[in-house]
Parts: sequence; structure tokens; C-alpha cells
Amino acid sequence: MVAASSTDGAALPSQGRAVLSVLKKPSVIPGFGLTMGFTLAYLGLIVLLPLAALAVKAAGLGWAGFWNAVLTPRVLAAFQISFGLSLLAAAINAVFGFIVAWVLVRYRFPGAKIVDALVDLPFALPTAVAGIALSALYAPNGWVGKLLMDWFGLKVAFTPLGIAIALTFIGLPFVVRTVQPILQDLPPEEEEAAASLGATRWQSFRRVVFPSLFPALLTGFALAFARGVGEYGSVIFIAGNMPGVSEIVPLLIVIKLEQYDYAGAAAVATLMLAASFALLLLLNLLQAWMRSRHAR
Amino acid sequence: MLAKTSGQRPALDDRSWVRGFLILSALGFLLLFLVLPLVAVFVEALHRGVDAYWDALVEPDALSAIQLTLIVAAIAVPLNLVFGVAASWCISKFDFRGKGLLITLIDLPFSVSPVISGIIYVLLFGLHGVLGPFLKSQGVQIIFAVPGLVLATIFVTFPFVARELIPLMQEQGTEEEEAALVLGASGWQTFWRVTLPNIKWGLLYGVLLCNARAMGEFGAVSVVSGHIRGETNTMPLHVEILYNEYNFVAAFSVASVLAMLALVTLVAKTVLEWRFGAELAATRH
Repeated sequence: MVAASSTDGAALPSQGRAVLSVLKKPSVIPGFGLTMGFTLAYLGLIVLLPLAALAVKAAGLGWAGFWNAVLTPRVLAAFQISFGLSLLAAAINAVFGFIVAWVLVRYRFPGAKIVDALVDLPFALPTAVAGIALSALYAPNGWVGKLLMDWFGLKVAFTPLGIAIALTFIGLPFVVRTVQPILQDLPPEEEEAAASLGATRWQSFRRVVFPSLFPALLTGFALAFARGVGEYGSVIFIAGNMPGVSEIVPLLIVIKLEQYDYAGAAAVATLMLAASFALLLLLNLLQAWMRSRHAR
Repeated sequence: MLAKTSGQRPALDDRSWVRGFLILSALGFLLLFLVLPLVAVFVEALHRGVDAYWDALVEPDALSAIQLTLIVAAIAVPLNLVFGVAASWCISKFDFRGKGLLITLIDLPFSVSPVISGIIYVLLFGLHGVLGPFLKSQGVQIIFAVPGLVLATIFVTFPFVARELIPLMQEQGTEEEEAALVLGASGWQTFWRVTLPNIKWGLLYGVLLCNARAMGEFGAVSVVSGHIRGETNTMPLHVEILYNEYNFVAAFSVASVLAMLALVTLVAKTVLEWRFGAELAATRH
């Protein structure tokens, strides 16, 4: 908060000015104190303070109490379901997202621009709307659900498979939007060199193109996975929500809250938050790796 | 074959059966996961006719949900707009220690589950929360009331404007502002006449995405709302209640309004990208 207090050097003793110049380079542009002060205050009040309240509530349980609240069969099952199905959905998105990105960058076909714009639909469509639409579609009497039922005897809605469908929808744009720009900037000369050296199309894809795209693909996969783990709105309508079978972690947190088990809800939420932050850290490392690869 | 590659670089051409197969896989996947759900919303909403559709929208609870959604967005979006501009000003125009950490903290709400975004306010302001007893003694209610909805919405839409503006303003640097200041402009004049015209399309882009999420947020507001019909129900929450009451036509009717909002957002976003792509941040996802 030292930097936020003031940038008006004249008002500070010389020692204070020296401290300030270590923290911030001098500049002729005004407004540092004002904007930094507002940014930190707003960030603190809206984001950091409430997150601290969660940590305080969970810490109130004590170490043993925390693990007692978290290590129950129902909570563990929910974590297994959330992480397992998010992984499955992210894997589906890695395959098809890659194909979509490839098709959008490399091929020309009528309506390509519309398809490109439509990819962002899951970002724009409210999750509750996606949830009821997908469950209507994949319910045993829905358009797709009926076909799957009649042809394969497969029940999708109100089973774990339904959760995977919803998470695939939610995570769809991530892989496309991370792979697409990298693929676009890929120098065509590399593939041409590979071809002129006698590589088949498949060899040049596998040895030249895919390695350059792999970090982006992995980043998109991780983003889709992270989003899936926390997703709530689109899942609860299609999931069936059976404890131990199709109950995701966010739903379990809501259920605990509705039963006034505030400490239990806080404990599960804290564990999930820790998992998300670990993922975020991993993602940052990934992106640093991707940048260094791309810069070369 | 409808699929053609550019033809300029034969080494990059895939065989036509590969092209056809990949295009069909991509379109099939998108049809199944994007187009059909979207179509289903409108078909389900209209399958009892236009009258039933319209009745579901003008019914008092629906109208109050629409009104509340607009009110919440009208408070949350401008606040995050001001924050986004302030944060990107101090991050992009100055050099200081801890900048990377600050950017990470601003992005933090995107990696928090919506449900957790709601629960943190319940734990802070709810009856059994840290500040709950104090707020009750003051007669202030935040949770299960409109302020809670606004706070949760601000949280989930927190980074949108800032993360669009920060890379854009970093790219633009400080030279134009410095020139304006040297020529005698005040700080505010510099901002309004130099900086703002440079970032206006990026700003609009960020606000557009922020607004779409603010109006469509479900998980976070669901936790803090208490689901009081006609009082603390936003449109997405109203959709949930109707759906759980097996009132599918009404649920999909209200949902279709949200779907149209999403489509309008997508179109506006695409138009901005096509026309002003160069004036938007290059590092945008």
C-alpha cells in the first residue's frame, strides 16, 4: 500500500521518495496514486476480503475438523466425478477443438466465418440456458437422446454421461481459441521444407506441425478442464444429481450451504479453490513454456 | 468438392478425402453441441404457439425477473468499467514492482467456480457469516437481497474490462499521453482526448462481454439470491424455477430471451473484431 498512498514526491521526505522510486519508476503521467489506490481498494473489497472470509471460516474448523469435513465418501465421490468427467470433456474438446481449429484456419468452405463466430457461443450463452437446452436434447424423449436410446440403448441425460456432455459444451471454445492463433502464425515454409525433404503429409504433420501446436493444445485442454471443474449451471439440469453417482462438487457445496452446514461448505469450497489455484499455477507455467516455444 | 484450400501452397494441401472428413467431423461436432441446443431453446419455447410464449414473458414474475436482471447489470457493469479503466491505466502507463502479481489477482475471479463466488459473500455477509451479526444489528440485508446479487455479479464479471484493456494499452505505450502533457493538457484532458479515443473499441468489447456474463450469470447469484419470487429472482434463476416446476414452455420462453441476448452479443463482438480488429488487443481470448 506504500505505492498507493501518494505519488506526490514533494510531500514526502527524501527517504520516502527513495523507497517509492524503488517500487515505482518516476513518470510524467499523472494519476498513479488515484488509479492504483482505487484498483487496490476495489480488488481488496470485492475479491480478496470475501475470499479471506472463506479461508477464515474453513480455518475455524481446525486441521482435523477440516479433513473430517472433506474426507467423507460423498465429498470424495463428488471430487472424483467432477475431476474425472472434466478430464473426459477436456479430452473430447482437445480432439474436436483441434479439428475445428484446423478446419477454420486451413480450409475454406461456405459459412466458415459464421462457424468461427459461433464457436464462442458457450462463452455468451447463459449456463442455465445451456443446461436446460442440453437436457431437453439428450433426455430419453429428446431429439438426440431418443436416437441414442433407440440405436444404442444409451441413456445420456441424468447420468454421468450427461455431465460430460454439458462440460464438453462449456469447454468447447477454449481449445479452438488457443490453437487457432498459433496455427495461423505457423510459418508455411516449415511444412514446405519437410515436403521437399521427402516427408509425407502425415509425417510433416506429426513431426513438424503438431509439435509446434502441442503447447497451445495442452493450454486449451487445461483451460477447458479448469472451467469444467467449477461449472455449475449447465450441469445440474442434465446431471440427475445422485449423491455418489452424478453429484458434482459445486452442487455439493450448494447443498451443504442449504443445510446450513456453513463450515462444511467452506471446507469443500476451500479444497476446490486450492485445486483451482494449483491448476492456474500450472497453466501459467504452461503459457510461459508456450511463449518461449513460440518465440523461437 | 466444396472444400478448397488456398491452392497457393501445394505442400500444405491435404488430400480431398482428409479435407472432407475433417470438415464433416468439425461441423458435425459443432452441430451436435452448439447449433442443436440453440435451436432447441427456440423450438421448445414456441411449440405451444406464440401466445403461450408471450404469456410467459409478460407474466408479473417474469417481468420482475427481467427488471431485476437489468438493474443488477446496470450497477455491476459500470462499476467494473470504471475499475477496468483505472486498473489498466495504472498497470499500462507506469512501471512498478509487483505488476505481474496485480494482473494475476485481477484475473483471479475467472478461475473461481461460480458457486464459490457466491458462497464467499454468504460467509462474509450472511446471518452466520463474519459480518452477519453486525449487519443484522444495523438492519442491513445483503444476502438474499439485491446487494448480494450485485456483489456476486461484480465478482464474476470483475476481470472482463481490465483484461481487454491492459494488453491493448500496454501495446499503445505512453508516448501520445506524454506528448499531450508536454503540450500543456491536464491529466483528465489527456485521458478524455487522447487515451479514451484510442481504447474505445476495446472498451466496448470488454463491456459487451462483461454485460453478457452479468445478465446471464447463474451459479453465483443462485447462491446469494434465496430464490424469492418477484423479489430476488433474476432471469436465469427464473428459468431454473420454471424448469423445476415442469413449466417447460415458460422456462424456454424466458431462456430464449437470454439466448437472443447471447446471439446479439456474438454478432456485435464479431462485427467489432472484423471492423476494428487492429484496435482491439492482440492477445485476446
